[in-house]
This record gives sequence, C-alpha cells and structure tokens, in this order.
Amino acid sequence: MSVPATGRRGPRARRPRRAWLGWLFALPAVVMYATFVLRPLLLTVQYSFYEWNGIGASTWVGLDNYGRLFTDSELFASILHAFELILFFSLVPVLLGLFVAATIRGIAQSRLATVARTVLFLPQVIPLVAAGIMWSWLLSTTGLANELLSAVGLDSVTRAWLGDFDTALPAVGIIGAWVLVGLCTLLLLAGMSKIDPALYEAARLDGAGPVREFFSITLPSLRQEIGVCVTVTVIAALASFDIVYIATQGGPGNSTMVPGLEIYYLAFSEREVGMASALAVALVVLVLLVVLPLQRLTRDGSR
Amino acid sequence: MIVNRRETWIGRILLVLLMVVTVVPFLSLFVTALHPAGTYPSGLSWPDSPQWGNFVDAFRAANMGRLLWSSTLIVLGVVPVSLLLGTMAGFAFGHLKVPGHRIGFVVFLLGLTLPFEGIITPLYYQIRDMGLLNTRWAIILPLIGLFMPFSVVWMRAHFVTMPEDLSEAARIDGAGTWQLFWRVHVPLAMPALSSLAILLFLWTWNQFLLAIVLVDDPAKRTMAGALGAFQGQWGTDIPLLCAGALLILVPTLAVFLVFQRRFVAALLQGSIKG
Repeated sequence: MSVPATGRRGPRARRPRRAWLGWLFALPAVVMYATFVLRPLLLTVQYSFYEWNGIGASTWVGLDNYGRLFTDSELFASILHAFELILFFSLVPVLLGLFVAATIRGIAQSRLATVARTVLFLPQVIPLVAAGIMWSWLLSTTGLANELLSAVGLDSVTRAWLGDFDTALPAVGIIGAWVLVGLCTLLLLAGMSKIDPALYEAARLDGAGPVREFFSITLPSLRQEIGVCVTVTVIAALASFDIVYIATQGGPGNSTMVPGLEIYYLAFSEREVGMASALAVALVVLVLLVVLPLQRLTRDGSR
Repeated sequence: MIVNRRETWIGRILLVLLMVVTVVPFLSLFVTALHPAGTYPSGLSWPDSPQWGNFVDAFRAANMGRLLWSSTLIVLGVVPVSLLLGTMAGFAFGHLKVPGHRIGFVVFLLGLTLPFEGIITPLYYQIRDMGLLNTRWAIILPLIGLFMPFSVVWMRAHFVTMPEDLSEAARIDGAGTWQLFWRVHVPLAMPALSSLAILLFLWTWNQFLLAIVLVDDPAKRTMAGALGAFQGQWGTDIPLLCAGALLILVPTLAVFLVFQRRFVAALLQGSIKG
C-alpha cells in the first residue's frame, strides 16, 4: 500500500513486517468470538466452582457442584438420557441411512431420487420446535400413531407416547431420528456416488450379491461420510434441547430430562447458577470427548 | 452399471416409504389445522367442513406480521456481518497465513462443537449487564459470535484452495492487501459465500434457545422462539396451534423450495465441514 518501491523485491522480502498486519483481517471475528463465546465459556467454568442464586453473594464451593453431578440421581440421569438418545439420534439414522442409500444407489439418478432429495431434506429446514409440535400431536392419545396401531389390531399398546414413563424417552428419540434420517441418507448417498462404479461391476462379475457388495465395497469407502453422520448426530443428541422442551419439557417426572434442558431449568428457574454451570462444563467436555476420537478415526481412514 | 430389476424395485419402494414417513407429519399438521378450533380431531381425518379461517385466526393470534418483521431484522443483523467477519478471518488464516495462523485456526475449530447450552448462563448475565436484554441485539450479537467458528472454518477451507500466484500477480500490479481482498478474492469466493449465507440464514431463523432465554417478548424473537411462545399460549387449542405452526413454517419452506438445489448442496457440504 505505502511502499511501492519495494514492489520489485517481491512479496517475500516484505512479508515479515507486513505479515502481522494480516491479523487486522481476523481481528473483528476474534473480538466477536472472544466476547460472546470464549468469555462466557470461561465464566461458565468460573461459576461452576461457586454456589450462586444469580442475585446475592456467591460462595466458593470448590468441586462440590461437580460432585453432585454424580451423586444427585436426577442430574446423573439426565446425562444417561442423553446417551440413550444417541441410540435414536445416531444409530437409527445412520443404520437406516446406510440401508436406504445402499438400496437406492442403483436409481440415484432417476427422477424419483431427485424428488426424494428435496422431500427428505424438509425436516432439516424447519425449526426443531416445529418438528416437536408436529410429533407431539402425532404421538398423542388421539394421534395418528395410535390410530395406525388400532387399525392393525394393536389397541392394547396404544397410549400417550410422550406422557408415559416407559415410552417418553424413546418417543423423543423417534422425533430426533425423523429429523436426522434424511440428512444421513443423503450424505451417505452423496458419498456412494463418489465410489468408482467399476468396483461394483467387477464385484458383480465375480458373482457378489448385494450384501457382499455392501460389506466389501460400500461400507469401507464410506468411512468418512459415516464419521460425519455420527459426529453431527451425536452432537445433536447430547446437546438436544428444542425438541425435548417442546414435546415433554423433561417429563413425565424427569424421564426425558436431558442436560441441555436441566441447565436451562437450573439456571433460570431454580436459580442454581453454579450447578447449572458445572453441568454445562460437563456437557461441553462430554461432547469433545465423544467427538474428538471420532474425528481421528475418520481422518486416519481417509489417508 | 449392472443392477437387477428386483433391486431397483425394492429401492423405489423403500424410497417412497421413507418419503411418506417424512411427509406424513406435515400432512397431519395441515389436516388438523382445518378442524374446528378447540376440537381434538383424531389422526388423519379430513374435516367435514374445512375451517380455512383457522389460518387467519392463527395469523392474528401469533401476530405473524410483526414476527416476520422481527425475524427478518434479526437475520439482516446476523447474516451479512457474520459473512463479512468470517470471510476476512478466513482470508487471514487461509490465504495470508498470518504468523500464528494455525493456533488461531485451532481456537476457532474448537468452538465448532460447542453446544449453545454450554455458555447460555453467563451469556444471560453478560447481556443483562450490557443492557441488551429483551432487545433484538441480545440475539444478534451472540449469534454472530457463535457463528464465527463455522464461518471462519468454512471460508478458510475456501481460501486455502486459492492459488498463491493470483495474489502475487495482483500485488505486482500494485494492489494492497485490502484491495486484493475486495477486488480479487471476495468475487472469487461467491459460491462459498452464498452457501454459507443459506446455512446462516437457516440457523438464525430457527434459533430457539437464545430467543427464549434472552428475549421475553415473542414479537422481538426469531420465528422458532415465537413458535415456542405460541405453543405455551395456545397449546390446548390443537387446530389453532397446528395452523400457527404451519404458518411459521411457510417462510422457510418457501425459501427452501425456491433455492432447493443450493440448499441441499449447502447443507450437505455444511455437515461435512462441520
């Protein structure tokens, strides 16, 4: 900008001096990130060592809040629920997605598949809150789910799925599965389209059936895409909030309480800011503990 | 490709089945919305006399006009700024390779998996102390910060693929770094930027947690936050609730159907990079 004479010596020569100026480009982003993410994150850690009702004075309690995570059965249960939700948010969409994607691989270019691409994405586009409202209605006593069950003569199992202690958590899980299965299917399908078709032809000529084909070609080639699906869905399960808030508010009892919702209640209705923060720290760490190994797994696979 | 017919048919049937499962909740919502207000319709039954007026009632009850305006303001506050800041930082880390860019990048990368619940408590007190509680800024400013990890990672991924020669050439022509950024790199980054814009729009519009914690007045929230309030208020009137939920869905669905190709591409790419 200022010293045109150095232009001939090339950018390399002036790099060291000018290079630091480049940080000016990153500065606004760093400021926003530091102010609204890093600062609150550090404060969460700080709050977690105190007992504080949000208004009065706070008392230092050391690791007591963290201790309560393991001794208070309600808090610990919320973490267990989050892991149970992984079954529905991750396992079901990934397995179902793999199955569907592998089956429709042959017709991936057809008109039907093009339409499907749009339709299957709908749950990704709408707010989770709306998904929660739709499904609360579908799963209610007079909802479609029960109607279908009655139609096939299963009157005895009909119930208010979200209001029953035994079925509320799986019912919430099914809502999550509905939201995520389309995304997983399409991600996996996109991954499959990158596999060399010659591999499949060779397998067919060698007499491999669809099952064999799936396990020896499709599955190994999709390692990265599967990793992505699992990562995205596991985060969605551990950090679930919107769907649970709308569909059950954690009930009946605490049977669908998840960490995200518990943090919200603790911080904003029960005024236990310290405890809420300790749970928040635990949630952040938990997500990292689950996601980082997954990342390593997929990276190694692609190399 | 050798695919036998039986498999093709199984594939078709499976695909249709999956689509039906995806669409049925929407249909159920629609059909229920047409039943007389205050009733408890069962399943997927078409009402004797469809009450189209429910949509009008819900539009009024939910104050839809103001909600749309509010969400639009929030999106306008969040998306352009996030795009600009994300692009500039992505440029610094990915192309200028400023000293210490690796560390800077990793700090942003770590924010990628952060659940919003992890910071919501101190954020509430911070926003309160800034005097922004119950204003749209309470949603806009934190969202820009929270979107930074993804935006920076996304734009950096674009800028590392840009050849160094391009900048050298521009510099020899006398362009400063600022001009280099605006005249050369931003125009070339348009495809990456538009996908990012779509994702950020969607995530802002659908943001729920920040809206319910930081803003009490539903008319100043995002669409999703307002829907939560609407459920609290009209939760017992199922047809009206369904009508309201559908109305709140319409804007995103409309935008999605218009830009569907870009949307699908953006969301697929988005999850891969995220």
